[in-house]
Amino acid sequence: MKLLRVGRWITAVGLLALAGVYVRAFAFTPIERFQGEAQKIYYVHVPSAVTAMIAMGLVGLAGILYLLLKDPRFDRFGEASAEVGTIFSLVMLTTGPMWAKPIWGTWWTWDARLTLTLFLFLLFIGYLVLRGAVTDPGLRARYSAVLGICGIPLLAFIHLSVYLFRTLHPQPIVLKPSAPSLPGSMLITLLLGFGVFFVLYVGFVIQRYALGYLREQLEASGGEVGHA
Amino acid sequence: MADLLRHAWYVARKDLLIEFRSRTAILSAAVFVVLVLVVFNFGRDPTAVAAVDLAPSILWVTFTFAAVLALNRAFQLELENQALDGLLLAPIGRGSIYLGKLIANLLFVVTIETIGVPLLALFFNVRVLPMIGPLAAIIALTTIGFVAVGTLFSAMAVRTRFAELLLPVLLLPFMIPPLIWAVLATSRVLADRPLSEIAGWLKMLAAYDIVFVLLAFLLFPVTVTE
Repeated sequence: MKLLRVGRWITAVGLLALAGVYVRAFAFTPIERFQGEAQKIYYVHVPSAVTAMIAMGLVGLAGILYLLLKDPRFDRFGEASAEVGTIFSLVMLTTGPMWAKPIWGTWWTWDARLTLTLFLFLLFIGYLVLRGAVTDPGLRARYSAVLGICGIPLLAFIHLSVYLFRTLHPQPIVLKPSAPSLPGSMLITLLLGFGVFFVLYVGFVIQRYALGYLREQLEASGGEVGHA
Repeated sequence: MADLLRHAWYVARKDLLIEFRSRTAILSAAVFVVLVLVVFNFGRDPTAVAAVDLAPSILWVTFTFAAVLALNRAFQLELENQALDGLLLAPIGRGSIYLGKLIANLLFVVTIETIGVPLLALFFNVRVLPMIGPLAAIIALTTIGFVAVGTLFSAMAVRTRFAELLLPVLLLPFMIPPLIWAVLATSRVLADRPLSEIAGWLKMLAAYDIVFVLLAFLLFPVTVTE
């Protein structure tokens, strides 16, 4: 299938570029004065966190469009985006503690941002469990659309509450009203990281979308499908 | 608008009447609240942790579990004899059904909470009466928020393969933000701090309520339409 091949190529390009970002982060980006080498994980942690948030936003958007247009393509996209978002939030949740242990001296704190991103991950899990629990495709699409749409305001509340609480987590230094407060070479590495994760997201989603399409074709023809 | 509310009240009255006649769910929930409060009492070292420091978390853990019990019940009883089909065939809007279920669930959870708060004061020797006003405001705002989302999700959960097991999985991510605000605000109130300290959290809770009651009201028809 053409779409599946396209997705594979985009993913391959993304993975190569990811290796490039690592090379740039370690060899050509200055070491941060206070955090040392540990800060390098930032170029993976922040892009994966932002991509996971975008993935949830797109799941919600796909839900709205599905309910308005009743086009199964949006449902398939929502499913793909949720699965990829789960992986990216898992990357965020594993790279975070790896950085926190040397810098904060603890793997995990019950800080507002940490707690609420953990629940972003659980929201993704809930979405996937819900999809697995409904057998009728139409009902499954509508239910997941409803859950996805409810996820959008939840994300907004997550963001608001981060600013309300005392927090250990570093404040945003790029996506904020004033100019980015980090040196140009670090900023370029970070932006490359964002670009790479976006390419990876697109590649993974296209592949998952194609798989979802194939599975539907198989189900429609009465074939046996393994449980996801 | 008047019709919407009148029909919603009919639905809520139906649910409350069923509950009032059988009294099974409310009794089990009340016993559950007592059990949780008793168990917590043995799980703490009274010389190390002051009761007033522990009380907010105990209160909200208890209410969370009791609310999930109540929410599971809301649409479960519509499954018997295809009562849900009858409800959907009735000449009332889908919005009224949602509001009715919401009102019934709220009254149910509030009943449990009215049992829970005095018991907390009794078992943990926490001063509640002087700050009952702010405490009631926190409890009311938090309850509206998560019962609104929970009512919507319980309509979906009952028609899935895992039924009552699915509801906590879906609902907990949505319960956590209001619960965190509620616990923080409750601990301030019980420690007799000035009300200005909890104003921010009350505003967040109110915003959460408005957003999710409206959203659930708009999305509910999608979950029940065939």
